This record gives sequence, structure tokens and C-alpha cells, in this order.
Amino acid sequence: MAHWIEPHPTGIYVRPADAWIDPSVPRDRALVTHGHADHARGGHGHVWATRETLAIMALRYGTASGTPVGYGEEIRLGGVTIRYVPAGHVLGSAQIVLTHAGERVVVTGDYKRRPDPTCLPFEPVPCDIFVTEATFGLPVFRHPDTGSEIDRLIAALHANPERSVLVGAYALGKAQRLICELRARGHHDPIYLHGAMERMCNLYVELGVELGDLRPATGVAAKDMRGAIIVAPPSALNDRWSRRLPDPITAMASGWMRVRQRARQKNVELPLILSDHADWDELTDTIREVAPTETWITHGREEALLHWCMTHQIRARALALVGRDDEEEEG
Amino acid sequence: MRPFSQLLDALVYTRSRNGKLALIAAYLRAAPDPDRGWALAALTGNLDLKAVKSSAISEMIRARVDPVLYEMSRDYVGDLAETVALLWPPPPGEPPDLDDGTLTLATVVDRLHATSRAAAPDALAQMMDHLDASGRFALLKLATGGLRVGISARLAKTGFAQAFGLDVDDVEQVWHALSPPYTALFDWAEGRAARPDPAGTPFFRPFMLAHPLEADSVDLADYAAEWKWDGIRIQIVGTGSETRLYSRAGDDISASFPEIAAAFTGHAVLDGELLVRGEFQGGEAASFNALQQRLGRKLVSAKMQADYPAFVRLYDLLLEGDEDLRALPWAQRRARLEAYMPGLDAKRFDLSATIDAADFDALADIRAGARDAAIEGVMLKRRDSPYVAGRKAALWYKWKRDPLTADCVMMYAQRGHGKRSSFYSDYTFGCWTADGELHPVGKAYSGFTDEELKWLDRFVRQNTVARFGPVREVEKTLVLEVAFDSIHDSKRHKSGLAMRFPRIARIRRDKPAAEADTVEGLKKLVR
Repeated sequence: MAHWIEPHPTGIYVRPADAWIDPSVPRDRALVTHGHADHARGGHGHVWATRETLAIMALRYGTASGTPVGYGEEIRLGGVTIRYVPAGHVLGSAQIVLTHAGERVVVTGDYKRRPDPTCLPFEPVPCDIFVTEATFGLPVFRHPDTGSEIDRLIAALHANPERSVLVGAYALGKAQRLICELRARGHHDPIYLHGAMERMCNLYVELGVELGDLRPATGVAAKDMRGAIIVAPPSALNDRWSRRLPDPITAMASGWMRVRQRARQKNVELPLILSDHADWDELTDTIREVAPTETWITHGREEALLHWCMTHQIRARALALVGRDDEEEEG
Repeated sequence: MRPFSQLLDALVYTRSRNGKLALIAAYLRAAPDPDRGWALAALTGNLDLKAVKSSAISEMIRARVDPVLYEMSRDYVGDLAETVALLWPPPPGEPPDLDDGTLTLATVVDRLHATSRAAAPDALAQMMDHLDASGRFALLKLATGGLRVGISARLAKTGFAQAFGLDVDDVEQVWHALSPPYTALFDWAEGRAARPDPAGTPFFRPFMLAHPLEADSVDLADYAAEWKWDGIRIQIVGTGSETRLYSRAGDDISASFPEIAAAFTGHAVLDGELLVRGEFQGGEAASFNALQQRLGRKLVSAKMQADYPAFVRLYDLLLEGDEDLRALPWAQRRARLEAYMPGLDAKRFDLSATIDAADFDALADIRAGARDAAIEGVMLKRRDSPYVAGRKAALWYKWKRDPLTADCVMMYAQRGHGKRSSFYSDYTFGCWTADGELHPVGKAYSGFTDEELKWLDRFVRQNTVARFGPVREVEKTLVLEVAFDSIHDSKRHKSGLAMRFPRIARIRRDKPAAEADTVEGLKKLVR
């Protein structure tokens, strides 16, 4: 089935279009699902992606030649009809829907099913081949309600007015979603940013996502950040950088926080289970919903999802794509 | 259950000792009786439930979740209770993470007390449905015994003392006169009742402990020297009508050594080393290995008692009759102990001899000459020191002998537990036989720095040749310098050897595996 689409370790090759989906090495023609570094690399000849993803790539890799593709818009490359459909993962994220020779293939990139104020919700597209991620492909991963996690963060902040809460959050997507969710729960105080967060937050604001009062943490006296939330990339949590903050409570916003010892390893005191990836129930419900003839599982804990597909009479295979690190900070 | 499960979660994530104390104190002040008493019992390791076997819990989850998915989850999470707590399917029509508040800690404890071993899985399952993931974790930890939230009994008692403005040593004094859920203790702490009176019960007194000797020498005019025996520290508490044996942590281990408890009928409190009689030193103490056969057993067969006969080598006399000797100088207590010895059963009790040495250099020579497996080194005790709880500077020192070392080759690695559940941190290593084969000689999971652990973990992942569940076999290329206290004959291992306290001393990236030590060479170190 669908001999025109080929999984390779470096990406998925769409032969009639002579184009690669999320290639991990520079290619002449690349179809990119979203801006995270394990999907969007620099150095491609020509890129097709959403306007937002192109803007993110331009910010990260400098200007690249690219064709913006609007959600729902159809383009044709070498006899393949290509449509970008919201994936609900981060701003600009898309599933790539390919139709050729009477068959439809959906490549999700990364996705989630629960609401995210910074991007459009995932749209299920029935298809013949469904290429799904499996970052949280184990039944121990069930993300709790977002609101209750945000409330725990706000409660910790209020219980420790002399301290601060330092939240580790991936710089693209998670940080902005966290800020939006905080605003939605009525937290309108200034939020301080690690230097590595600033440019991406500015880009989000330019692209129309309201983030409220954001300030750089650099140069602010520790006492002025008491009782405040500071957002930093996860790598900065246990770094010397955090010494400038007023007695911070270390928090981390990630789906990995569901497992105690994962949080302990990162020296996290306040684990917040907030993920931009589908949890186990979302993965399995989505496969049922799009009802593909065949499911291809890309990165993550593909073994468990593969087993689940097998026991539910769904044909499935695991693709070994390189460069999709399963211990990524993103999550 | 939620306040207790939230406490456990917070304790897991809180790094600082003061932070943990504050959490425990806040919980104990706020929670109602008898919940908080049961919580205190659980935190101090005094909650004695008919422990549910972990196999019963695996069965319970296998009946509800695809066993293959369960195994994969277990392998990933590393901890049985946590895996099951996270996997537990919500009851039909309920959201997955909801503690509906119908179960208090006291109800949970009551039900676990009341259930039989056979009915336990059903009783557990019924309770699981009313709890959120944290509550399910707490429940399973309670049911299997051992919370493992990184706090000691002493820390929990300190938290209790802090909650009510008491002195922790005072709490220790009354502690063993009480039993869970400690209502009398809370009544005293909150001023509703008098201090519980421990008199008349064989309760535990905190041990006096030693600092490692760091100075180059001490003056033997001020310090007496004694051998440090390689058994387990034990306290014998007799009231004349009842005798109990306590381990260093204050656990009652009378049932494991009934012959000792039965042999002591006096009214006194003694400090000593529990040992097993063996062939060493003219038929006195055997190695720790022999003692290990007796540890942790709730029931001890007559054969066990005959094969591994236990005795106590006495160090100190804390109380004689109702007279508390602890404030007296060591020299006076020692004289009282020597005078007390003739009344004891010589088969079960002897006196730890002091070492006569002209000066410190002479003592160093004597220490260097002793390689008996039952000797761990030398103790130095200030002659004028009172017997005080815990480690007090400059009173008692332990001067351990230098470890032995061997160059071994890493053979297998396994993922650690707890904080190390994503790291390959437990290593099996081997030495060469005459036939050029590697035979495992030991297993170590400590001695390295965090940086070295990261390096070792990467080495394992990049040099895996086979996988057996959580265990990986690696290329036999990496030499580890292993330090250990002693080495013994063992039937359990293919090499016929077992190390005591093996730890990784150094990673020898410079050394080719072929140059690692041989099994024959190690056998020469057996004493």
C-alpha cells in the first residue's frame, strides 16, 4: 500500500513530489510540520510550511526560502495533493495530508487533542495511512486537567510570597501556552523571562498571541521578583543562572512530570504535568477515530502503541527515524 | 487520604531537610486523630500491616490492564507501586484522577489490618477506585510496607517534635513505650495529658555513634582502643521480666534472635555487637556473611540457630537495674560492665576486649596486622566520655581499616531504582578464570560521582550487546577498580566468591580488559 511514500531514517520521502517530510538532514524540497528543532532543520533548499512555522524557522535559522501554506489550502507537487491541517501541538503546527493514486496519507508531526489557547485544535482526518507520534505512548501517561495543574502553580506562588517560582518550559510552545493558561486563570502579574525565551515570545505576540506583561529577568533585582513567576528553558533550572532569583521553587511543565522519579532526577520540586503531546488515551482514541488501514508510528515509545494496535486488529509498523530524541526536554 | 498522599508527594520532591521537617510538622498539626498517628507510624516505619505481597499487586493489575503494556510500563517507571498507581483504570463513568474523599488514612489502615492475605487484593482494588494517582501510590506503599520517601524514623520524630515545640530526644525517650496510632503521644504534645511514662517497658535508648577518625593520631592517655567488630550493633534491654533486642535504627529484632533474648534475664540495658560464632580467631566470630544468614528473618528454625549460633560481644553498660549510668565517664561504665559479665551466660555473651598499645604508632601496627574477617577496624573512645545519643564530635572515633581493591571488567548493567530509575547504575563485574572466561565476582551501585554515573550510563547504552528485561549485557571492555571491605567464599556465585561492601573506586578507562585481575588472585584475599 502507498508505495509512493517511503519511510527513511532521515525522514519520510514522498516520491512523486520529490519532497521530504521533516527531514533531519538538508534536502532540496522539505515539507515541515512544525518549528521544533527535531522536525524543522535549517539548510533546506525550499520549504513548504505554515506561515507561522516559516516565521519560527526564520527566527531560528535565519531567512530560508519557503512557501507559506495556509491551513486547509491545497497545493499540488508532482501529482500529489497536499493539505496542511491543524495539529494542536504549537503555533503553526500542522498535520500534512497527502493524496495520491486514490490513497490518503496523514503525517501528524507532533499533536495533542486538548485545548491550547496558542494554536488551533487538532482536526482528525480519516485516512489510509496514519503516521502518528508516540512520545507518551505508554498507558502510564495520562495528562491531568490543565486547569488544575495551573492552579497548583498559582497556589504554590501564593503560599510562598517571599520566594519565586521558576518554571522550566520548552522555549517554543510550552512557555507561551503556560503563560496564556496563567492569564486565563486570572494571573495578570508581570511574568519574568530567561533571555532564551524572549525572542520566541515576541514572535508569538507579533503573530497575534496575547501574552500580557512580560519582562526580562536579566538586570532585575532579586527582591523585585519575590512572589513572581519566572519562565526559563529546562536546561537553566539547575544552572548558575537561577542563583540570581529570590529562593526559587523549581517547577517544570512537561508530560514527563507524571512519573515521580523523572521529576526527582531533574531536581524538580513542583512538577506540573502540562504536555503538548497526546497522552496514551489521546493517541489510542485518535487512531480509532481516523480509522486508518495502516498506522505508522514514529518517535517515542512506539513498542507499546504497536502492541496496542496489534491487539486491536489495526495494522501497524514502527519507523526508526533518527534524531528524534526520546529523552528530549520538549514534552 | 488526600492530605497524606499530598504529604508523601511533597516529601518526595522536597530536597532540603528543613523543608521536609516543615512539611511533616504542618501535616501533623493539621490532620485529625487518628489519621496523623497512623501517618507518623508509617513515616517512622512502625506501621505493621499484614504486608500485601507485590505479586498480589501484579496479579491485580494484570487482571485489569494488558500484561504486555503493564510490563513495558513497569520497565519504564521502575517502581511497582507507582506503575500500578498510574495505570489503574478509572471506574466506569469516573474521571481518572479523583480522590472522592470517602477514604481517610485511618479507614485505609483499618481495612488493611482487617483483611486476610487472600482477600487483600480485592480489598485493595475496591479502595483504589476511590483514590487519585497520588492516593493510589500512597495506598500501595502502605500495603506493601515501606514508604521510601527518603526520610528516616529520626527525621519523622524530629518533625513531630518541631510541630509541637518538643525536644526530639525527649520524644525518643517516650517513643517505645507507645504504639500506633500514638494517641497518648499527641495528647501529651497538645497538653491534654501527662508525659507518657516509659518506665517498666523495655524501650529503646538511642545509640551513641562514632565519627570517622580524620586526625593523624590521638593520645591513648585520653582514648581507649577496642576492635570494631563486623556484626550488627545491638541494644539489649531487659526489665527482669522481659527482654527485647533493638537494632541501630531502633527496630525490635528480638524475634530474629530468640536464643539471645532468652539467655538474658537481667534488669539492665547493654550495648554490643551481634555476631555469629565461627571458625575465625580460634572459633569466635564468623564473618558478616554468616550473620547475614540470620538477618531479616521473622521465624528462625532450630537448624538455623544451630548452624549460625549467635552471641553478643558487649561494649557498654547503659543502665544497671534502675540506675542510669549514661552520664558516667566511659572508664567507669567499663568497670561496671566488667563487673557485670560474670552473671551472664558465657555461651551468648562475651566482653569486647580493649587493645593494649604503648602509643598510637604501636596501635597502628596492631591494626595493620589484623585481617580477620570479623574485624572492621578500631574504635577509639574517650575515657571520660558520657554515653550520649548520636554522633558527638571528639568522643568516639571509628578507624576503619583500608579497603581491598581489585580491577574487574563490567559485564552487565541494570537500571537503578528511585532517583536513578533512568540510569544504568547497578553494575555486575567479573574477573578472569584460568580458561580466559569472565566470571562475575560482585555487583556495585555506588562509589561514583554524578558525572561518572552519566558517563557509565552512556557507556552502557552505547556498548550493549544483549538485553534481558531491565538488564543489559555490555561489551567486556571497561575496567572498574572495585573497592571492598572483605571477600568470602560463596556458593551463590559462579566464581565462588562474594564481596562485602563492593563499590566503584575508579573507572579505569586506561586499562585494557585483558589486564584485569583473576579469580585466582581474588581467592588469595579470602580470610
